[in-house]
Amino acid sequence: MDVRLINPFLTAAMHVLKTMAGVEVSPGRPFLKKDSQATGDVSAIIGITGVASGSMALVFTEECILAIVSKLLGEAFTELNHQVRDAVGELTNMICGDGRRRLAEEGFSLQAGIPTIVAGKNHYIMHIADGPRLAVPFQTEHGDFMIEVAFSNK
Amino acid sequence: MSYKDLVVMVVDDFSTMRRIVRNVLRDLEFKEIVEAENGAQAFSLLKSNKVDLIVSDWNMPVMTGIELLKKVRADDQYKALPFLLVTAEAQKDNIVEAIKAKVSNYIVKPFTPATLAEKIAKVIPRS
Repeated sequence: MDVRLINPFLTAAMHVLKTMAGVEVSPGRPFLKKDSQATGDVSAIIGITGVASGSMALVFTEECILAIVSKLLGEAFTELNHQVRDAVGELTNMICGDGRRRLAEEGFSLQAGIPTIVAGKNHYIMHIADGPRLAVPFQTEHGDFMIEVAFSNK
Repeated sequence: MSYKDLVVMVVDDFSTMRRIVRNVLRDLEFKEIVEAENGAQAFSLLKSNKVDLIVSDWNMPVMTGIELLKKVRADDQYKALPFLLVTAEAQKDNIVEAIKAKVSNYIVKPFTPATLAEKIAKVIPRS
């Protein structure tokens, strides 16, 4: 897997959450994820095409996303309702867009689809790509979230 | 002219972004905020609302923001209407396309409330 395609999405996640919600996040150690089980309570996955094809997913714990959306919208959210799920989709859009913009500056042109949002305990994330699935855990003061990126082998 | 007399239309398929933009517009004391979920709905609502500014997302189903911009500019009634595109599509080709379509200004996601307020002030100078 070409790490040049991955790092801009990680930078984007930090930038988007800091700018839009005032939340500081720090990345942990990346690892290759072997299964499809989500490591959180709500996820969004977005398809990516262009010089590489694959997908990016964000996976939040309930505690983490409720705190982030509360800060993002300036009001308290206490359950994973429609508004919170919508916010997960929009955050995914923004992080994917910001990551693609950074990649475009390095000569990699990518397009993205519309995110699909899934919520619930023990849900699964199905990446379309047949390549390895890289997972990067992030820590915030409100809890953890994960970014998964998978691109097809070419 | 003060924002207190002005109606603004916010177009985005995600209610989260409409809400973020709405929070900023309320702080700026716009008279009224009209919301639409896509370009087609926005163009339809233009007919029944006197709108002074459009703040539209780029990437939406049914009709995108750039398609809405082109439709608005092709209509004599709205060809001078201030139009602010909010986009994650900040690649050079996209910006060129928006400028060619006579966008008033654009703002790249993510943005702070202050940045959005600055962009609005550029397209509608506050007296």
